[in-house]
Amino acid sequence: MRPLRTPPVRRLAASVLAAAALLLASAAPPAPGVDDALIAGDTLPQRLSEFRFFIDGRPNRRVVRYQLNTPLFSDYADKDRFIYVPAGSRARYGADGAIDFPVGSALIKSFSYPADARQPDGPRRTVETRVLLRRASGWVALPYLWSGDDAVLRRGGARLEIGWTDKAGRARTVSYGVPNANQCKECHQSAGALVPIGPKARNLDDGHQLGALAAAGLVDRAPPGLAAMPRADDPAAPLAARARAYLDINCAHCHSRAGMASNSGLYLGFDEPDPVARGRLKRPVAAGRGSAGLAFDIQPGAPDQSILLHRMASTEPGIAMPELGRTLTHDEGVALIRAYIAQMK
Amino acid sequence: MAAPAAILSCAFLSAPVAARVIAVAPGPDAQARLQEALIDARPGDTVTLGAGRFELTDGLSLDVDRVELRGAGPDRTVLSFKGQQGAGEGLLVTSDDVVLRDFAVEDTRGDGIKSKGADRIVYHNLRVEWTGGPKATNGAYGVYPVSSSDILVDKVVVRGASDAGIYVGQSRNIVVRGSIAEYNVAGIEIENSYNADVHGNVARHNTGGILVFDLPNLPQTGGHSVRVFANQITDNDTPNFAPAGNIVASVPTGTGVMVMANARVHVFGNTLAGNGTTNVLLVGYREAFDDKAYNPLIREVVVRDNVHGRAGYAPAFPGGAELAAAMGGTLPPIVWDGTGERVVARDKVTALTLALSDPRQPLTAARPAPARFPDGALPGEPAPVVLPAGMAERIR
Repeated sequence: MRPLRTPPVRRLAASVLAAAALLLASAAPPAPGVDDALIAGDTLPQRLSEFRFFIDGRPNRRVVRYQLNTPLFSDYADKDRFIYVPAGSRARYGADGAIDFPVGSALIKSFSYPADARQPDGPRRTVETRVLLRRASGWVALPYLWSGDDAVLRRGGARLEIGWTDKAGRARTVSYGVPNANQCKECHQSAGALVPIGPKARNLDDGHQLGALAAAGLVDRAPPGLAAMPRADDPAAPLAARARAYLDINCAHCHSRAGMASNSGLYLGFDEPDPVARGRLKRPVAAGRGSAGLAFDIQPGAPDQSILLHRMASTEPGIAMPELGRTLTHDEGVALIRAYIAQMK
Repeated sequence: MAAPAAILSCAFLSAPVAARVIAVAPGPDAQARLQEALIDARPGDTVTLGAGRFELTDGLSLDVDRVELRGAGPDRTVLSFKGQQGAGEGLLVTSDDVVLRDFAVEDTRGDGIKSKGADRIVYHNLRVEWTGGPKATNGAYGVYPVSSSDILVDKVVVRGASDAGIYVGQSRNIVVRGSIAEYNVAGIEIENSYNADVHGNVARHNTGGILVFDLPNLPQTGGHSVRVFANQITDNDTPNFAPAGNIVASVPTGTGVMVMANARVHVFGNTLAGNGTTNVLLVGYREAFDDKAYNPLIREVVVRDNVHGRAGYAPAFPGGAELAAAMGGTLPPIVWDGTGERVVARDKVTALTLALSDPRQPLTAARPAPARFPDGALPGEPAPVVLPAGMAERIR
């Protein structure tokens, strides 16, 4: 049942095996696909398995793994992401590269921690799976908490103590916050409507993924001229573009003119043209003690005088940004934004 | 309690769904039980909070229209966020026509109760408090409606906010009445907002009592039409404990009413005393800004018919003591930077002008003198704020 994290090599082997199994079992009736009626209906399925997104831990038909150029940091959890689009339809591109999913689609994201990050294929604890269901009424966000062989709907949120060994061999712990269903909406809302965050063309475009999704029949062919966002961890990409990609995916879902933090006047979308709105010499409005006694969100050339970096580096509720989904500091993200502000003139 | 809710459901819902009462008691797993009740509520429902302490670990949020969240009283039902591990506020409301009443929120790590894009919200008989007294580590705002239309804050007590106790930002059509704000940096603040009546409140022992501000580089600027009347604004003597960088960190300790960069603000019929800097401070925005739409000056500001007690005996801004010495020991109860248009004070006390030509000038450029204001008709008073029918009735 559990959507096991499968590294590329193993995925290849698995698909070869699956193909062989399919040949051997060609006389048997095909396994049931994803439950389309459940996605598009108006119930709140209590168990993740009811959707049949995964069969024996493997993605069902038309459930396709995808990756983001730059992901949202979630307390060092690994994330496995899947798109499902029902047979007979496909997602289409909007004018700005946003992807419009047809009713009956789903986005599925599982959060897991390895026992030891130096052995990513070793034992692993899957904590939760969040699904976004595209219904006629709009998107619906449901968090499922894993327990045994299935995940159970938990709309009220939860805190879990989780330990793992990180890539440097250090023992780490996190008080992991499973968001409640409203908190899902806080980040996923734009102008009052629930929307996906990650799967935009510019954040999916790694040179071949858009083509693969089209070939799988899930998404239209990408229109020409879409500009890809760089990977925040790609040392070959320009620093400012990497930093702005990082801020886009980690901050701009709230810090945009249509987001939860619209009243802040701080807008961190990749395309934001106004330097003051991007934080440059911008005074805080409702930062409270988040300001740490500093005058500006970004003081060019002075990362340690910049509220934005201070709040990214803090783990204290009321100061820490993002407000949801982070209780640890993302050291790599802080280093990136530090370098970005340091080189600003 | 179910009866009025049922009546509301008949009035508003087309489908004949009976309004329900969802009762939540304090105790183990309060976080998830209360949050699930707030998610499960349907429009017209009432979620009741039992008497006792709810020990919460994360922020709560409500996103369903026409829900009433009701406790057993602000001293009997306490939502305690002492153990809060996440979220920027204690309770967040993002839906319309919500009533919050009869409970307390204590010791949130960020703001107390925030409502954003939540029209026709009623805050009634609530207490929001940081129980350790005024501290820079307290959350910023106690009651924090923002980006909304039609707001009623009634009979609310806020203590200890490191920014403003009651803060209304970027909103329109606002009534703040019958409330007590004490031991905050700012008691009550109306910022970048249109049409507000602030009356019948007590603002005491804050750094500044009642502030009416406008700031640049925000989605809604050009704050205007605010009436501050019949309030008790006394003994605002708590040393400013706001973290620097925030605009209220620049409010001098001992300020009664402060009007900054707003238009059509009328301050009348208040009792002002015991404010060591001054009772009424009228100024433009002093910082540099890059926002072509922003007007840093005060315009059409009227101060009349207020009762003034002792003030100006401990001016807490740089150069204030020297200025007071030059004035004979104390500052007058009304201090104006001298900038702006159609600024008129008609109280029976002396007003001081600093005679600056630009609000950004340093105080060394001041030429302090008794202010003279034009006789004749006062700038027109903003019309009283009228809230939509039914809003105030929900708390009768």
